[in-house]
Amino acid sequence: MAEITYGKIIREGLWSNNPGLVQILGLCPLLAVSNNVVNALGLGLATTLALVTTGITVSLVRNWVRPEIRIPVFVLVIASIVTAIELAMNAYFHGLYLVLGIFIPLIVTNCTLIGRAEAFASKNSVARATLDGLAMGLGFTLVLVALGAMRELLGQGTLLSQAHLMFGAAAADLQFTVFENYRGFLLAILPPGAFMGLGLLIALKNAIDSRMQRRATEKKAVPVPSANAAT
Amino acid sequence: MRNVITSAVILGLFALVGTSLVAFTHDATRDRIATIEREDLVRNLHRIVPEDQHDNDLLADTIQVTAPDALGTTAPVTVYRARKDGAPVAVVLSPVAPDGYSGNIRLLVGIYQDGTLAGVRVTSHRETPGLGDPIEETRSDWILKFTGLSLENPAEEQWKVKKDGGVFDQFTGATITPRAVVKAVRKTLIYFRQHKDELFAPQALAGVDDSTQRR
Repeated sequence: MAEITYGKIIREGLWSNNPGLVQILGLCPLLAVSNNVVNALGLGLATTLALVTTGITVSLVRNWVRPEIRIPVFVLVIASIVTAIELAMNAYFHGLYLVLGIFIPLIVTNCTLIGRAEAFASKNSVARATLDGLAMGLGFTLVLVALGAMRELLGQGTLLSQAHLMFGAAAADLQFTVFENYRGFLLAILPPGAFMGLGLLIALKNAIDSRMQRRATEKKAVPVPSANAAT
Repeated sequence: MRNVITSAVILGLFALVGTSLVAFTHDATRDRIATIEREDLVRNLHRIVPEDQHDNDLLADTIQVTAPDALGTTAPVTVYRARKDGAPVAVVLSPVAPDGYSGNIRLLVGIYQDGTLAGVRVTSHRETPGLGDPIEETRSDWILKFTGLSLENPAEEQWKVKKDGGVFDQFTGATITPRAVVKAVRKTLIYFRQHKDELFAPQALAGVDDSTQRR
């Protein structure tokens, strides 16, 4: 198998194979925890950490795990690492842990993790697996935060409310009240709003993609004298 | 056959390593988590019964009571007792309002020994965001308005939301949530009136009533 370049790994995770927008993996936490920016960021970072550590571990053991037991081994690795992360979050980010609640242990069932372990980390070097975990995690976090910002802004007219849960008491002033006396738009905070928001984000990504593609083909269409020589 | 055994051994090794990782982390964080949860609880209790009103250790002076009808749960409810110089000041109970819009609403209800409310807080709920969640202290001051009320003020039959002929505000688009909370607080106050002596009884003497069990 041809080695994938580092640049391509980053591009895939953040854009062309984004777990949230293209692979549509991990929808349950994505939709449930994106009701405000801080929750989204918290879950995104926890997921990234889990993706990187499971990626490294799976890549390290890839040569001596037999194919027939690889899935149970991946599941074991993911479950133990996520449980360890959950305990650590409970101890060091207790407020956020209380808010994210059930969704931290549910990182175990986030298909992005087993998906990347199987499709990437088990076939690539540790460095590449680390980068892939980081890129996929950040891609997932970006989608979460974008959706979170959208829903928080529409739903309650604020951004970064409850920031103190994540960054400590000093961050309580981080909250922006974008619209004063905003009455709130309930639909955005409820689950249907999450589905619509994600749909809009996917549509936006596709629109940008097709636009870039059109531009690329337009460029190609312009006759270039040296084009024949190059091909 | 040999392959099967090797696979089994490898799988077993991973199980061992994974479990050790979890066990190790659990061990390393256990004390910190316990301390944080304790601090959280004490902070919540102190927001209801301020620190300067009592001089005992709230977490050490507790009894457990079981009263499914009055407190909304079949599980034992922990009662924290605040005393000053040994004299009873207040109790904090954690009843459940079982008839919220979507499941249980867990409360902390503090009652001074004269029967007035020291305060009410919601500790967990799953009410509709934006409609039912003004019961949270961070979203509106509705829950704070209980402070200082008692079964005489307003009169017991006035302990309802306005829609039902009582004195408590309901929320726009949500009556069930505040109705459940008001009802649970009223029932807790009635329970306190009936069982006041047992609730303040020293741990060794509590448990006279068969519905009251010592920890």
